[in-house]
Amino acid sequence: MLSNNMFTYYLRLAMISLKRNRILTALMVAAIALGIGMSMTSMTVLHMMSANPMSHKEEQVRRVELDNWDVNRPWDEDNPAEPPDLMTYQDANNLVQAHRAEHEAAFFPNVLALEPDKRDVKPYMVEALFTTSGFFPIFEPPFRYGTGWSPAEDRSAARVVVIDSETNEKLFGGENSVGRKVRLGGEDYTVVGVLEHWRPTPRVYHVANGAFEDPQSVFAPFSIGIEKQLNSNSNNSCYKDSEPGYAGLLASECIWVDLWVQVKDEADAQRYLSFLNDYVGEQKKSGRFPRPTNNRVYTVAQFLEVQRVVGRDVRTQVWLAFAFFAVCLINTVGLLLAKFMGKSSEIGLRRAVGASKPAVFAQYLTESGLVGLAGGLFGLVLTGLGLLALRKLYAGTSIERLAELDWSMVFASLAIALIASLIAGLYPTWRACQVQPATQLKTQ
Amino acid sequence: MEFRPILNALMRNKTGLLLIALQVAITLAIVCNSVFIILQRIEKVNRPSGMDESALFTVTSLGFASDYNLRNTLREDLDALRSIPGVVDATTINSVPLSNGGWSEGLSTQPESVPEEQRSNVQSAVYMVDEHGLNTLGVKLVAGRNFTADDVTYRTKNDKGSPHSLIVTQALADQAYPDGNALGKVIYTSIGGKNGPLTIVGIVERLQAPWVGWEKVENSLLVPQYQDGEFDSGSSRYLVRTEPGRRDEVMKQAEAKLGAINTGRIVRGLRSIEEVRGDSYRQDRAMTIVLTTVILSLLAVTGLGIVGMVSFWVTRRVKQIGTRRALGARRFDIRRYFMIENVIVVGLGIVIGLLLTYGFNLWLMKHYELPRLSWYYAPLGALTVLLLGQLAVFGPATRASRVSPAVATRTV
Repeated sequence: MLSNNMFTYYLRLAMISLKRNRILTALMVAAIALGIGMSMTSMTVLHMMSANPMSHKEEQVRRVELDNWDVNRPWDEDNPAEPPDLMTYQDANNLVQAHRAEHEAAFFPNVLALEPDKRDVKPYMVEALFTTSGFFPIFEPPFRYGTGWSPAEDRSAARVVVIDSETNEKLFGGENSVGRKVRLGGEDYTVVGVLEHWRPTPRVYHVANGAFEDPQSVFAPFSIGIEKQLNSNSNNSCYKDSEPGYAGLLASECIWVDLWVQVKDEADAQRYLSFLNDYVGEQKKSGRFPRPTNNRVYTVAQFLEVQRVVGRDVRTQVWLAFAFFAVCLINTVGLLLAKFMGKSSEIGLRRAVGASKPAVFAQYLTESGLVGLAGGLFGLVLTGLGLLALRKLYAGTSIERLAELDWSMVFASLAIALIASLIAGLYPTWRACQVQPATQLKTQ
Repeated sequence: MEFRPILNALMRNKTGLLLIALQVAITLAIVCNSVFIILQRIEKVNRPSGMDESALFTVTSLGFASDYNLRNTLREDLDALRSIPGVVDATTINSVPLSNGGWSEGLSTQPESVPEEQRSNVQSAVYMVDEHGLNTLGVKLVAGRNFTADDVTYRTKNDKGSPHSLIVTQALADQAYPDGNALGKVIYTSIGGKNGPLTIVGIVERLQAPWVGWEKVENSLLVPQYQDGEFDSGSSRYLVRTEPGRRDEVMKQAEAKLGAINTGRIVRGLRSIEEVRGDSYRQDRAMTIVLTTVILSLLAVTGLGIVGMVSFWVTRRVKQIGTRRALGARRFDIRRYFMIENVIVVGLGIVIGLLLTYGFNLWLMKHYELPRLSWYYAPLGALTVLLLGQLAVFGPATRASRVSPAVATRTV
């Protein structure tokens, strides 16, 4: 077994050996550092993009999709099996009214003018989410003060709002503002809840116009948005002509509402799906839903996958980065091989004076491990620089805020560098152990 | 020729040979495909939008006061904007080209009475502008006429305004009417309310849709309309064209002036079209820079790897080199030996690399809808790595050629 003492001795030998051929050592460290830097930079972005902030409720939170689209043309011609990703007002409203799930969240975003009481703050625009009360129990945004509103307030279109912590800071200096008034779009609303800082990444509940945007600042009842005759300021798609006016829009086949439900478990989700199929069957009798029945109750993970939340460019970059890392490793294998073979006579001498094969093996593997560790450390620095560069390059896009190093990635890069260099060192080390003491000593 | 002895010597060091060849192969595959992606992105970014981009900016207004009158404010704003010194023209517009957000409609050349399955359907971006739209955008009218003030209608909540005319891009005209002569023909679409016919009164050379990643980005049409509270009661967007070089000063004035005209609204979204373009193409530009970095680092790593390996080979063969020199080989011969050896090793890498290159390309085609690699990428890529190999080997080979013949006499 490798004793602690021997290990420090091997470390010392490795240091001497690495110092002796500085250029070769620098080349190996640089190759591993570049490989680690390149692949960890792209992995960090991928890691953040593929996160699922709702993973603790994977079976319960479901995205509801119904296929009400054109009989001749699927919603997405590249993926003809996929139903539209949004819903008509009438379907969302019917499903919320039916209340077959534990909670329903139907919503759409729009902007409102906010007129603060304070004279020094000028009126400004806020992004508002008009949602049914189920949004809060489903997505569980943390409240600093107060709570969401009740289904009764949904029905009566009560003038209540939940505001985020930034808005609370701006309007009320961060105090408990529950019960106070906010003037939105020319009307007074009562604050019922104030959120903590909340930034689900990706913003799973509404990915339509930017999966990595911040949540809306203000949340108000869905029924108010309808009463004020508002439309979604995000996506709104129609495949056929609707009657004029807002009533026409509400009765149309235009899709613009997000619908999520919370069910108990997978079995409950399947029950909900068969309820949806029955609902669509019923609607078909009145001439709606011309396409074959094609409804979904996606989990958050499935929904993010279907919506291609992880960008293609990022995936390509990860693949390229790992191919690049492979080249760096092959490079290291070659250089280690060159180095160790250059020391055949030294190995021969050690073997001749009694070092066993495992001892030689341990010594040279220590050396490759040391190279890997150094490469990993420099690679970490390069990863930091790479992420900094990515933030600059992608300023203003979703990738900018994702390019942040976290501890799991730091440990991952060090571990990968160490393991990769040990693997790269295996073959050269094995070759070094094959050195016959006698043949080497003969020529001395 | 020296090929045989070099090959024999190489076969005695198969591992080294294979390691370099493998590196060269992966390098070739990555370089070819990355350059291919880069050039495609550059081509995409450099497409002209059809607008006079450097002179344009956009600004949005949103009324919130209960007595806010959108129609009056529209008129006042347009008059105010057009009277600012340095302004060439201004129009209302529903969405800004290149901005990635906008309105699209399906168009048909046949009326609704034709069964749906037999109707032609072309998708197009829709821009709602007034009679100043063409001049503001700076697009080139190639046939027909501009809108007149009489053409322009108002879209309100209950009335889509029933416009009669539209102007289309050449690309859209060619798709709707492939036989040509689109001018004066009609198009059926629900833009103006019922699926009524709109007459094509003009054709512009080019005007891109707002979505820069859309495959039909050249399909756009202009329709003479003001949005008067169709979706919400208070929002309007303006596009302003300035005299060359005066955009930035006019932008400041425009913001101040709009704010002063009506205090019951918020003026926001003041952006030059150059900024809009920069944002829309940021991902593409970033991708080209990332890929260029990958390519350069990869070439550096592979090149340095070759330097390292060959240096080692040279050191191991010092005695042989000395012997060859003693037997009459010139310095030139020694250097040539290593150069040819490198050609063989890199050549093997290229053979493997070509397979990888096309494999990688097929994979990209399948998953990323990339087109097939043009034929000249592989030979050019191969030439690049061959030159890289020669460059990398030059130093160590020169050092080898300086080995003194006397070395041969020292030991053995």
